[in-house]
Amino acid sequence: MFDLLGISAPAFFGQLLIGVINGSFYALLSLGLAVIFGMLHIINFVHGAQYMLGAFTALLLLNYLGIGYWWSLLLAPLIVGAFGIVLERVFLRHLYKLDHVYGLLLTFGIALVIEGTFREFFGSSGQPYGIPPELAGVQNLGFMFLPNYRAWVIVASLVVCFGTWFMIERTRLGSYLRAATENPALVQAFGINVPLMVSLTYGFGVALAAFGGVLAAPIYQVSPLMGINIIIVVFAVVVIGGMGSILGAVVTGFVLGVVEGLTKVFYPEASSTVIFVVMVLVLLTRPTGLFGRA
Amino acid sequence: MKRRITLGVALAVSLGAMPAAAEISGDVVKIGVLTDMSSLYSDINGAGAVVAAQMAIEDFGGTVAGKPIELVSADTQNKPDVGLSVAGRWVDVEGVDVISGASSSAVTLAVQNLAADKNIVYLVSDAASSDITGKLCNANTVHWVYDTAALANGTGSAVVKAGGDTWYFLTADYAFGYALERDVTEVVKEAGGEVLGSVRHPLNTSDFSSFILQAQASGAKIVGLANAGGDTVNSIKAASEFGLVQAGQKMAGLLVFISDVHSMGLDVAQGLQLTEAFYWDQNDETREWSKRFAERHQGKMPTSVQAGHYASIMHYLKAVEALGSDQPGDAVVAKMKELETDDPLFGKGLIRQDGRKMHDMYLFEVKAPSESEGPWDYYKLIRTIPGDEAFRPMEEGECPLVKG
Repeated sequence: MFDLLGISAPAFFGQLLIGVINGSFYALLSLGLAVIFGMLHIINFVHGAQYMLGAFTALLLLNYLGIGYWWSLLLAPLIVGAFGIVLERVFLRHLYKLDHVYGLLLTFGIALVIEGTFREFFGSSGQPYGIPPELAGVQNLGFMFLPNYRAWVIVASLVVCFGTWFMIERTRLGSYLRAATENPALVQAFGINVPLMVSLTYGFGVALAAFGGVLAAPIYQVSPLMGINIIIVVFAVVVIGGMGSILGAVVTGFVLGVVEGLTKVFYPEASSTVIFVVMVLVLLTRPTGLFGRA
Repeated sequence: MKRRITLGVALAVSLGAMPAAAEISGDVVKIGVLTDMSSLYSDINGAGAVVAAQMAIEDFGGTVAGKPIELVSADTQNKPDVGLSVAGRWVDVEGVDVISGASSSAVTLAVQNLAADKNIVYLVSDAASSDITGKLCNANTVHWVYDTAALANGTGSAVVKAGGDTWYFLTADYAFGYALERDVTEVVKEAGGEVLGSVRHPLNTSDFSSFILQAQASGAKIVGLANAGGDTVNSIKAASEFGLVQAGQKMAGLLVFISDVHSMGLDVAQGLQLTEAFYWDQNDETREWSKRFAERHQGKMPTSVQAGHYASIMHYLKAVEALGSDQPGDAVVAKMKELETDDPLFGKGLIRQDGRKMHDMYLFEVKAPSESEGPWDYYKLIRTIPGDEAFRPMEEGECPLVKG
């Protein structure tokens, strides 16, 4: 069968696995976007910049304070998440009652400001961030060399995605959250501090982006452009999965990672466009996305 | 009163009609630097290119043929349509006399046509396609620094000589990548090597792991990177992560800039061989200029492209001074070809009939971290390649300007 496709079986499995790895990043980032849109109805265009901030926070923690990868994995999301909460308190909360487009414009503008500032200080080609020594090296799987670090990325992403889904869909806290988006006034009447919960939710979504950034730092250059390069794809993922659907974001993220990976073998020139082709097809047949509710 | 004005106008008109000593259009020589300010080539080119152009104007004395020199700059975002519309506006509305740079080969080929149509001067120091002085050449364009043929002759032939006789290419999917792949393929075949395949990746790709896997599957001894800037950096990082070198293959970076090496770090980049036209630490003159440059550019040493902006603008101003005029463009370029070039960065040289600026090229190897004595001390010289050997012979370029 593989001969017919013009590719050997080992090469095929190798590409499949790489698709899953890239899908991990798409899933992690689109998850954060889905949480924010699902709960706050804000189209968070600054998500890519927050992902980039996560990577830069890890880099700066290392360079100036000597704090290594594992602590950064915890600290960077907290720091960037706190920054997100400030953003929500100062800017975003004024926009909840307005049309989505205002939130989109505001967050897009903030993203440009953050990215431009970092480009001014760090240049466009970025800085290297080493792979933590515990995860250096590769495994020979027979059909490909799998870097240990990439295996860790898949595991970390799956755990975080499942944890988030579980928290929102299966716990009491999650049910408060979902209720608060349905009817904030009623939930407030039960004595729950809705504005605080909304702020924390936004901070959590931002922290997810930063977590993705720290995961990405050793793989890619830590560069001011890293967010801009990925955010458009991630938005396509969210749209295909269905705006605000958490399960949809995660599943679509992984699936599209694989689709993109296979395109890189069969028609590499189209690998940067294939996701948008899928998006067009999905929107034509299911305007609410694959997992979306009308 | 009225009569006096009329007289004045008549005088002015008759003066204008006379073959004046200095004909500088608009009484100002306006230089436009087109570059990539925000995307993947902005460290190679970008704000540093504008600094270099500014330094050229200052070092020339701020005036040419008694008229002031002015500088404008714009971001092309690496998009031919953006570059072309800025260039068109500059020439038609703002009276720009010379354009330096374009950020990438795709934009360059578009602006090159415009330069001929409007008869202005076009100085190319950032694009690499050898077609610029080959079949697409014109009388308004001067190509400084390097081209894909010279890169192929430098790195390509050095690698084949060292035993790398089977190749697989990772090629950026646009004009520059195609030209580089084609020129290196020729060199490899001529030296008795073989090209097993290639994959074309979109410009500005962040994840190269899939392409690296395909290169591994090809079994080629050498994986040639026919890309530049951020794409090259990401390719090399992915290759080192996926154990390409451990598994017995080697990488050949066909276009690597000092800004790329700086951003990868010597740990990742060490041992890489590359061909360059300029390195800041070559002699006293390059060191002196580069230090002045770095002071004005956040401590960063210049890339060869930024050096090219400086040197080509200097030479342009010399030609305008000698001619006493900045019009028309092809006459200025003819003067540039007539005058010998001499500047602190590229030394003595000349511009061929096809617009190719000739100078030596250098094969460098990136130092190991233990060999480097400080920041930006990155390269050791392997071989100096004389210009005649590095660049494609003029007769083979199929440039219509060359009568053969």
